[in-house]
Amino acid sequence: MEIKNAQYKKNPQGKLSSIECEIDGVKWSVPNGSEGNRHYAEILKQVKEGTLTIQDAD
Amino acid sequence: MSKAAELANLIGNINAGGGGVNRNVIINGAMNVAQRGTSFTVTNEFGLDRWFCRENTDGALTFSQDSTSPDGFSKSLKVNVDTADSSIGSSQFAYLAQRIEGFNIETFAFGSSPAKTIVLSFYVRCSVTGTFGGAITNGGNDNRSFAFTYDVNSANTWERKSVTIVGDTTGTWNIDNSQEMAVFWSLGAGSGHKKAKGSWDATASVQSASEASVELIGNASATWFITGVQLEVGQNPTEFEHEPFETTLRKCQRYLLRYPNDGGTNGGYTRYGIGQIISSSETEVSIYPPVHMRDDPSLTIGGSASDYYIWNANDADALSSMNVEGGSTMEYIVVNCNGSGMTAGRAGSLNAYSNSTNFLQFDSEL
Repeated sequence: MEIKNAQYKKNPQGKLSSIECEIDGVKWSVPNGSEGNRHYAEILKQVKEGTLTIQDAD
Repeated sequence: MSKAAELANLIGNINAGGGGVNRNVIINGAMNVAQRGTSFTVTNEFGLDRWFCRENTDGALTFSQDSTSPDGFSKSLKVNVDTADSSIGSSQFAYLAQRIEGFNIETFAFGSSPAKTIVLSFYVRCSVTGTFGGAITNGGNDNRSFAFTYDVNSANTWERKSVTIVGDTTGTWNIDNSQEMAVFWSLGAGSGHKKAKGSWDATASVQSASEASVELIGNASATWFITGVQLEVGQNPTEFEHEPFETTLRKCQRYLLRYPNDGGTNGGYTRYGIGQIISSSETEVSIYPPVHMRDDPSLTIGGSASDYYIWNANDADALSSMNVEGGSTMEYIVVNCNGSGMTAGRAGSLNAYSNSTNFLQFDSEL
């Protein structure tokens, strides 16, 4: 998967609840912390490999 | 297959611990469910529900739902070779696969001494004849594999194939909601993705058999169709287990749930869920899926967030973004909707403006 423009998003309670990103050209909202989610697992993998950085939430 | 032979196979499989209803662990084996659409030029994504399409060569493929089908079926999955690659590198590959959740293979008892023999059966039609390859692996663990072959004897003719696979008594085959088995039909594989057929071992990244002589993607404009895919306990294949469309759809929705535009029933202003307005810029919407999804889903939408709005007290507050809530349970999904001009304390519904391209798609695929 080619993942770009990843950024944390907060929920109304201020928790970092999701990661907004483009995956293979499609915009996705990925649940933060859900290791069984294939998109989140790939984000973690690419962050660990140093090929992806997640921007802080606004 | 004669009725007598069919009955003998079924009885044999029941004696082996299989048979009966819900014996097929393949979901959407008749290729009827197509929530995402019906034609895909993807290289690394799902196409028809539950069917993963992968192409990593110098060629190009189109995967589509097709009405060409054998007797007793109305749909098939078609692969068309758009651009051929006749010299596949050792690390290159292309395949169609189904990834299977661990909970669904408990009956196989793989990874233990009572591991059962299973049988894979399917209908295939191809413009190219010869010996094709495939494989079964322990999915995401990727340290157990079994390669197989099947022969296409007549061009452009439906043929039913079966492959009997002895149970794997070792290896990791967890019974949980992760990917614990994968079935591959190779469409072209380099030597790095092949091994000798017919036995289990720890070889990784296997999608085909060394004995396969045909790489579909090496043949320009070639076509390959498949349907009636079944994987069950037993020595011999039984007749494909047809099930009501709704049953297959519900099984698929555990992994992919797409709420389309309603097509105009309500003027196109589809209602997706009900929520509460938290502040002038945020509404928290709850959506209750028809089945428990496999895991917390990701969300993508058709069009942009501004194609959707929160309808409340006769106001329509347009959105600027929508995000799925991490920590949603599998019983309900929380979507945080951001916009402006909202009035805290009101209830509201998440609606789409009248636009046929609108949809909400929740993905919990393997």
